[in-house]
Amino acid sequence: MFDVFALGPTGWGDEMLMGAVMTVLVSSSSLLLGITLGIVFAACKLSNFFILRAIAEVYTTIIRGIPELLVIYLLFFGGSSAVMYLAKIFGYMGYIELNAFTIGTIAVGAISGAYSTEVIRGAVNSVPKGQFEVGKTLGLSGYSLYGKIIFPQVARIALPGIGNVWQITLKDTALISVTGLVEIMRQSRIAAGSTHEPFIFYTAAIILYLLITRLSNIFFDSAEKKYSKGYVSKEAL
Amino acid sequence: MRLELMYESFFKIVEGIPLTLQVVSISTILGIFLAVAVALMRISGNRLMSLPAYYFVYLIRGTPLLLQLYFVYYGLSQFEAIRESILWPILKEPYWCGIITLTISTGAYSSEIIRGGILSVSKNYIEASGALGLSQIKTFLLITLPITVRQALPAYGNELILMVKASSLISIVTLMEITGIARTIISKTYAPVEIFLVAGSIYLVINFIIVMFVNLAERRLGIEKAT
Repeated sequence: MFDVFALGPTGWGDEMLMGAVMTVLVSSSSLLLGITLGIVFAACKLSNFFILRAIAEVYTTIIRGIPELLVIYLLFFGGSSAVMYLAKIFGYMGYIELNAFTIGTIAVGAISGAYSTEVIRGAVNSVPKGQFEVGKTLGLSGYSLYGKIIFPQVARIALPGIGNVWQITLKDTALISVTGLVEIMRQSRIAAGSTHEPFIFYTAAIILYLLITRLSNIFFDSAEKKYSKGYVSKEAL
Repeated sequence: MRLELMYESFFKIVEGIPLTLQVVSISTILGIFLAVAVALMRISGNRLMSLPAYYFVYLIRGTPLLLQLYFVYYGLSQFEAIRESILWPILKEPYWCGIITLTISTGAYSSEIIRGGILSVSKNYIEASGALGLSQIKTFLLITLPITVRQALPAYGNELILMVKASSLISIVTLMEITGIARTIISKTYAPVEIFLVAGSIYLVINFIIVMFVNLAERRLGIEKAT
């Protein structure tokens, strides 16, 4: 029963593992893109300009109210022409096709970004105003204020939320399989079709996802501990 | 922007709304029963009950919904025993597989919301109710349940929106709901932006209506909005 998972050309073991690696890669790059978008749009939401706040509000509302699959279809069918349109403005007339990895990263990154925006906004809001004021009183600004004083506090509060966003992002990457990117979902579909053993391959896929979840939980727990140094945990009180 | 195409496709995509709403409402209602059962198992204090419930929630929350759908639709049908069982007329239909998967999924997610709600009920109320001579069942129905509903409603509103979004996945197993129709039109006309705007707006309207109803219910129950 387990020879279907043999490594090498006889079984699907190595292909499934490569699928898992692809899932982790596309999830991580989507999360990074998402956090970047999250920082930008959280800054928009917290800004004094009405237009910036409105843009950020529209972005998060649309992403949180529309199925992920629809966003992926939009980028899958329209991503390349959008890039070509942009390239034309800059004078490049050639044909550009985005690969499945790029499309997937942009799509899931945009989804992940909307959730990150809320997490980061909440975290920035929870940093006491005095911290900003004290920093400014000490003559700090720019990187020394935001990078050295505000960021570590935001990171500590945002980390559990980003951990949740990571979970959502990881699961959303399964949807990219419809665009042909060979990650866990797609690979188990191919293997199931070729061996006529869907049950065993979908079970294997479930185990791989749970394994990634478990390992990333361990990672986020240790990161939380690192950033919480000097704080007394609630349980200890 | 091809406005005429958007206008035409709007009427085609609208035809998918009944299926989306049908699947969402059936699985939400069935899901509530599952969620209450799982939540009660988890807080039962009996490890034989709470452990399976814990692992069930862990399994569902840790895996993508699409995978669960494939598992139910393709994975289970592999076995002769299932194909010959009385369940087969149900399990061979993508419609029922979609409903089963969505029910299980919302059951697991909502069970956590309900568990949080039940745990937030102060012990004093339960003790007071016992002192007044109310039976356990009456205490649950008259004290615990109403307070749980109040506590869980805001989070449950989010879950409802997630359900509407999740229902789009059943288009992958050939069901022609909003997303399924939208996808077909996109691949025929190659106008992804226009169709996205139409289908996306329909989803936003549905979710907006849900949010309005949840807000109305919250106000009726006197839940204060966290600001």
